[in-house]
Amino acid sequence: MYPDDFYYSKDHEWLRVDGDKATVGITDFAQKQLGDVVYVELPQPGAQLEFHQSIGVIESVKAVSDIYSPISGEVIEINEELNDSPEVINEDPHDKGWIVRIKVKDETELENLMSASEYEKFLEGLED
Amino acid sequence: MKRTRLYSAHKTAGAKFVEFFGWEMPIEYTGIIQEHMAVRQKAGLFDVSHMGEILISGNQALDFVQYLTPNNAARLDANKAQYSALTTPQGTFVDDLLVYYLDENVYLLVVNAANTDKDFQWILSHKQGFDVQVQNKSEDYTQMALQGPEAYKILQPLTEVDLEEMLGFAVERGSVVGIEAIVSRTGYTGEDGFEIYSRAQNPEKIWNTILEEGKTYGLQPIGLGARDTLRLEARLMLYGNDIDESTTVLEAGMQWLVKFKKGDFLGREALLKQKEEGIRRKIVGFELLGRGIARPHYPVFVENEKVAEVRSGSFSPFFQKSIGLTYLPVEYTEIGTEFGIDIRGKRIKAKVVPTPFYKKEEKQ
Repeated sequence: MYPDDFYYSKDHEWLRVDGDKATVGITDFAQKQLGDVVYVELPQPGAQLEFHQSIGVIESVKAVSDIYSPISGEVIEINEELNDSPEVINEDPHDKGWIVRIKVKDETELENLMSASEYEKFLEGLED
Repeated sequence: MKRTRLYSAHKTAGAKFVEFFGWEMPIEYTGIIQEHMAVRQKAGLFDVSHMGEILISGNQALDFVQYLTPNNAARLDANKAQYSALTTPQGTFVDDLLVYYLDENVYLLVVNAANTDKDFQWILSHKQGFDVQVQNKSEDYTQMALQGPEAYKILQPLTEVDLEEMLGFAVERGSVVGIEAIVSRTGYTGEDGFEIYSRAQNPEKIWNTILEEGKTYGLQPIGLGARDTLRLEARLMLYGNDIDESTTVLEAGMQWLVKFKKGDFLGREALLKQKEEGIRRKIVGFELLGRGIARPHYPVFVENEKVAEVRSGSFSPFFQKSIGLTYLPVEYTEIGTEFGIDIRGKRIKAKVVPTPFYKKEEKQ
């Protein structure tokens, strides 16, 4: 379910590292909690993000939620497809439903994040 | 948290639950949008057993109901239910409700789950001088709603009640799946449909049989999430959002249910005065013209002045846009009037549109 080569945050974002770039999205658990996603507000490319800063908003039918950046850096790309097809976040949260690409400022911040198995344990704890 | 008698059926069906005023209720099964469209196009079954039922009986039951509510309960008989309200002396809402005539001198008020205790206390506090008994029967009833264009075809083979003869708000008694029930042609979705009340200890049989037999018509269980989006598209009021103790029946656009000629009732004087002087604000439907979703409590502006908040506001699955209800000063309530709603600090344009947003196609 949760890819082994991703990092995960307690806010239910995932992060995939590719060189000095990181792709960020929300986890399958998060999309299930939100329900049908109907609108995504994305940041501007070039925006400088701090760790845990709000990078945008996801609106589902029933609620609105902030998306937090799991790492510091500069937004280099946004997933434009989400403007027309926000439901991709429900359908394919770990791949086509990616949200932003960030140029990582400080790789040591990755140590704050969880591995797939740690995240799964974290989820089990939430369900109790 | 309280659970309905159908809780384990929902659990088995994989429902996601939510706390709703002390009740653990299914919010969705497959997803709000999919469930919403199923009701618009086929049919859906709702567990609404959290609704409250208050029984008023005795020699002066009719007089008492007439005093508590602005609609004319004298028009009710064993085959007719009525939408009405509990009104304050100021003409505002204690609650909105359905009134059923069960028998001579016996009336059942079906009220919002969130208000059941408040309503019960309210009714008790006004009963002095009336020869009536008031009982909270909410624990006794399981209430299901079968809604959608296929509802009639699904229910008819399962009940001895002749559904064909039932017009809107008609009520009949008879067995459903062999179990004694009250069936009314009522609902909260803007579609044709029925509400079924049963006092059976094990109503799961009704629920499961309807679902099973309805499958070929596309029937599925529907949670409170889609119930809310369906009722909003049909501009059916939600207590606590659209109407409350600060909004009068006339401001809420429901002058049709106020029967001034029937005699005295709580709020009559205030409403009559307001009718003569004219209301200053009125409920309107809007759609958002910019991006985003207008949600409850977002501030509403006309000409840079905050005049209100969004009452109900949601994404509309049928129209695929952000719709809602708010109260505007009457001079800004004309269809097409533009105004602003603040969404996370940004002023987004909205426009007054005709309501109901959604109207089912009339039968040929």
